[in-house]
Amino acid sequence: MKYIDGFRDRETALFLRNRMTGAAERLAADGRTARVMEVCGSHTMAIARYGVRDLLPPAVDLISGPGCPVCVTDTGYIDAAIELARRGVVVATFGDLMRVPGSRETLARVRAEGAHVPVCYSPAAALEIAKREPENEVVFLAIGFETTVAPVISIVDAARRDGVRNISLLTAFKLVPPALRALLDDPAIRVDAFLCPAHVSAIIGADAYRPFVEDDRVPCVVAGFEPLDILLGIAEIVEQFAAGEARLVNQYSRVVKPEGNRKALNLMKRLLEPVDAAWRGIGVIPGSGLGLRAEVAEFDAAKRFGLVIDAGKTNPACKCGDVLKGVIRPRECPLFGGVCHPDNPIGPCMVSSEGSCAAAFKYSRCA
Amino acid sequence: MCLAVPMRVIEIPNEGRGVVDLDGIRYEVDLSLTDDVHVGDYVIVHAGFAIEKLDAEEADARLVLFERMADEYRRGLGGEVRLMAPPARFGGPS
Ligand code: SF4
Repeated sequence: MKYIDGFRDRETALFLRNRMTGAAERLAADGRTARVMEVCGSHTMAIARYGVRDLLPPAVDLISGPGCPVCVTDTGYIDAAIELARRGVVVATFGDLMRVPGSRETLARVRAEGAHVPVCYSPAAALEIAKREPENEVVFLAIGFETTVAPVISIVDAARRDGVRNISLLTAFKLVPPALRALLDDPAIRVDAFLCPAHVSAIIGADAYRPFVEDDRVPCVVAGFEPLDILLGIAEIVEQFAAGEARLVNQYSRVVKPEGNRKALNLMKRLLEPVDAAWRGIGVIPGSGLGLRAEVAEFDAAKRFGLVIDAGKTNPACKCGDVLKGVIRPRECPLFGGVCHPDNPIGPCMVSSEGSCAAAFKYSRCA
Repeated sequence: MCLAVPMRVIEIPNEGRGVVDLDGIRYEVDLSLTDDVHVGDYVIVHAGFAIEKLDAEEADARLVLFERMADEYRRGLGGEVRLMAPPARFGGPS
């Protein structure tokens, strides 16, 4: 597969490392560090897996942001899903949510106790279940960033077309740009540049980051998920930062267009509207979520089942919030690697394979 | 959960549906979020949907760029290194 293997060549990686040296030396001479935030779980995972940090000069500090949709899903949302499963509703979900702790238990546990919680690779599978089991109510756990929103929401159209009435969505969609805005506006967090997500950008387009470059003078580079994509993106950022510049660069132009995927964006606009959304460990960010419009309210599981979703109870020792904001690194959490490990995750960052804690646990030698 | 990789479209059995191949494994995907996908194209697949096409020309140009970087590294980085600019269609480095 040349479009995968071709982006993993070691010698190119070493070349890119060398290319960064000059800029990094200038930074070091000025006593500056570039704090680069990657805002995508797949970047976090690839950075850990391919040892990207080991190739970077010390003047470059890579920090993980809130890039994993599972990790930023509030405890109360899991509680609501569990409540539905207990009431006998079929709760269809992406696999990653199964082991995320709610206030008291996990979906995996209620499933083991007999609840019907099928794992779906695609939201379309949930629609198939609804068609096959007309006597059951099926709820799909609709979480995700922009990448996932369009595939999930398209099943509403499909359900209407096929006259399927026994399916609804428990939505907790999240939008990346408002989260980046909240991080930049938080005085406790210092972010110098964003390594922008690959497939979120495929939907929203590279131009979505213009305000951060133009208004905040924060370099934004869209990069793919392969190690060379990431290294090239970081090299671009370091060079800009050392030169005191801030530009928007689309290093993933083989997939990402400036304007994004219009078809997906139109679909999202037609069925969804912006809502305030709660991010685990971060709090409510205005306008950072998407909810179903009034015309399709019949597909809203919260309304259909009269659910009230609150923040839930999170283990107070879990530092996921600080990890997600890039305030601390996973290993700075007192539970990391001790009580909390992938077989016994205390927080969602240890559950999802794209979570910062799980990535650090699995790949980092000095974890 | 956002994982998505390029897969090659090997069949379009009916409008809006496609069969893709990754390393010999076949998946059926929904093509309704993309325009103008043909057999032989590469698409980025996420949650059972093709979310965007992969522009093979841009990808090839990028691979050439990376190969040249590897060559430069092998030659011990002697002399000035000139890099081929990536295609400008979707805005390379500005
Ligand atoms: S190590 Fe575990 S408890 Fe600590 S922040 Fe990560 S997921 Fe939460």
